[in-house]
Amino acid sequence: MPKTYTKTTLSNGMTLLLKEIHSAPLISSWVWYRVGSRDEVPPLTGISHLVEHMQFKGTRKYPAALIDKAVARDGGTRNAFTFLDWTTYFETMPADKIDLALRLEADRMVNSLFETKEFSSERTVVISEREGNENEPMFLLGEAVQQAAFRVHSYHHEVIGDMADLKFVTRDDLYRHYRTYYVPNNAVMGIAGDFNTKEMLARLKELFGPLPAGPHPPRLSRPEPEQRGEQRVSVEGPGETAYLEVAYHFPSASHPDFIALSVLDSLLAGPTNLNMFGGGGISNKTSRLYRALVDNQFAVGLSGGSNATVDPFLYYLSLTVHPKRNPEEALIALDDEIRRVQDELVSKEEIRRAIKQARANFAYGTENITNQAFWLGYAEMFASYNWFETYLEKMLTVTPKDIQRVARAYLRPQTRVVGTYIPTGNGKAL
Amino acid sequence: MKLRLGVHRSLPGPEDINRAVLSNGITVLSRSNFNSPSVTISGYIHTGSLFDPDKKLGLADFTASALMRGTSKHTFDSLYNELESVGASLGFDSGLHTTSFHGRALAEDLSLLLHLLSETMRQPEFPKAEVEKLRHQLLTGLAVEMQDTSDMADITFDEILYRGHPYGRSEDGNPDTIKAITRADLVKFHQRTFGPRGMTVVVVGAVEPKATVDLVERVLGDWKNPDQPDEPSLPKLKLLEKTIKRHYKIAGKSQADIVIGTNGPRRKDDDYMAATLGNSVLGQFGMMGRIGESVREKSGLAYYAYSNISAGVGPGSWTISAGVNPANMDKVSELIIKELKRLIRVSVTREELADSQANFIGRLPLSLESNGGVASALLNIERYDLGLDYYRRYPDLVKAITPGDVLKVARKYIDLDRLVIATAGP
Repeated sequence: MPKTYTKTTLSNGMTLLLKEIHSAPLISSWVWYRVGSRDEVPPLTGISHLVEHMQFKGTRKYPAALIDKAVARDGGTRNAFTFLDWTTYFETMPADKIDLALRLEADRMVNSLFETKEFSSERTVVISEREGNENEPMFLLGEAVQQAAFRVHSYHHEVIGDMADLKFVTRDDLYRHYRTYYVPNNAVMGIAGDFNTKEMLARLKELFGPLPAGPHPPRLSRPEPEQRGEQRVSVEGPGETAYLEVAYHFPSASHPDFIALSVLDSLLAGPTNLNMFGGGGISNKTSRLYRALVDNQFAVGLSGGSNATVDPFLYYLSLTVHPKRNPEEALIALDDEIRRVQDELVSKEEIRRAIKQARANFAYGTENITNQAFWLGYAEMFASYNWFETYLEKMLTVTPKDIQRVARAYLRPQTRVVGTYIPTGNGKAL
Repeated sequence: MKLRLGVHRSLPGPEDINRAVLSNGITVLSRSNFNSPSVTISGYIHTGSLFDPDKKLGLADFTASALMRGTSKHTFDSLYNELESVGASLGFDSGLHTTSFHGRALAEDLSLLLHLLSETMRQPEFPKAEVEKLRHQLLTGLAVEMQDTSDMADITFDEILYRGHPYGRSEDGNPDTIKAITRADLVKFHQRTFGPRGMTVVVVGAVEPKATVDLVERVLGDWKNPDQPDEPSLPKLKLLEKTIKRHYKIAGKSQADIVIGTNGPRRKDDDYMAATLGNSVLGQFGMMGRIGESVREKSGLAYYAYSNISAGVGPGSWTISAGVNPANMDKVSELIIKELKRLIRVSVTREELADSQANFIGRLPLSLESNGGVASALLNIERYDLGLDYYRRYPDLVKAITPGDVLKVARKYIDLDRLVIATAGP
């Protein structure tokens, strides 16, 4: 396959990936930092996400209000996301306006102010964000399941952090975190769109090249010991609807089994859309678990999926339990289906179908420049861009025996967490 | 940097939108995009919850949801098997005036997608067992909605603003009406109200427009319903006589939602553009405009606080929404009302307006890059008679608005003594 992109490293250690796409007069630029909630310990959980918020509060050169307005005035869009393993910032702009975004990113990699006054109002914004999350039964259940699944590894806590820490973390804690991790040698930039690679590369070197490298940031990694025996957690809360979430320990995205497990996920719960923008929409009504659980009225809805992570994380199956059933009945029906995929070989046709679904999802994802730029850096966070480019090829090598093997290896009751949300009814407080 | 193509070249216009009207009244719009091997279909037919009897609220929505539960040729499972096996999707959604559909597929599967669209709209069987399954799913959906502070604040807002008007009724119905709807109701509603007159189909993607029109003609050109009814006429909306405040209680929640607002323009009203630009200054531009600046940036009282204009065929609404800690509801309401007061007292500055105007024009390429983005633009053009050259004229339409126009439209709709203040939470 001819090389479709350019990858290079600046002398300060910053990695750049550039991909020309001339389908629309747009350019999307993403800067990724290898820092996320897995790099946090109590009482500083949620600090990576707080730092991301403070990165919108301005530098001396670019005060917050000025930048928000400048990007919007140019018809651009920008946002940021914090995840377990990474934090990322993007701008998508009309092609002739991208320089503003590049200057902004180079500047805030080192010059953000983290003013105390700004932090005190941003703290309550994030507390409000968490309160909004807590309104959702599936957030409460997901948080409990994740905590049960990770005792040792820092994947233990939610990205947004614990309320106790959000209330007491200080401005100086944040600034230290920022200075530790926001260095060019810990950053990857992915940029795609309507530009000339040579010209763009020269500009990036000019803007990011002079930023000094810092000490190599530490990466917190305490491997989770193998789980020995099924864990059960339950959460009670308002409402009339029960939910069931079953989480299995899954390998990292770069593990050879990850692709076979993605095919298995497609068969069990419908294809997971890996695109951040513009993919998806494929329903899962003929997946094995939908047929077994929803068609047979143990559940009214079902979803499944895993995340591409650096260290082993989880595969989730989430069900909205049918009003006439209880979560235990739904779990028994789910286990019957899991056993079936472990006992009987799936057909080659089912694998072909999963591949076509993935092909369609990737095609939908290429309608957006923003999504194509997203992939350049995202894949580098847990593997390399080559992982993305060869994804469909790798799927083609998966056999029915592979599916059976990974189903037996990873979908074991002994290494899962089963979580139930038990509704306490309307009008009753906790 | 090298010379760029003009903005105009990438925007849809008369020479690259193919529009045809079939003999049975269906309008087809199509535009090519060969940058990705995918295709999107989108459109609507003229039936919706305006046809719902009071005792069977949710009937249009139930019917739309049941279309894909089985047809004369396919069971529920075999229908979805056709779609999912090729990574395609198709779904229906019912609104007040229309029932819309949306689907996507690899371009090689467009024919399959259109055949299934036609089949589900024209030959649904409403199998009894599937209807009962769907009923449970709808009831669960309502139970979940009743726990959602944002949904319930919106519903409460509509009930007050549109009291005595069909827009005040819930399109999803309520548990009693969903339980009351029978299979026979679905069959009858479908036979009576579904038809091709006024239907619009938009196809965007890696396809040739002319061949697409031919394909739609082959698949849907013979659809007829001579008895297709006209839409019920809308009564005049009674304006509020004073501010009305109502709280919907949901125990055990850690966040409350506020919706404050009033009437807004219809999409075809002359002052629609001035209102949307005013709305941008108020609660959209940059980090959610003046509302975001006041409620989020300065006070740190909410993760989201923004304003919105909802404008369609009938009377629209102009709202400000925020998710806040229950203890801060009054404080945030005051901040919001203060911003409304400012908007009607003093005209927005030239600079503020110019910012929003530049944003409206500059964001066009971004909003029109995907097939879905272009499809909704073409649907807008057709639904509101905007003209095929609308996006070419758009920059001039935006630039023509003055601060005086914004002040005038804000004063026309916003009256601080006649607001709806709807909240939901503990």
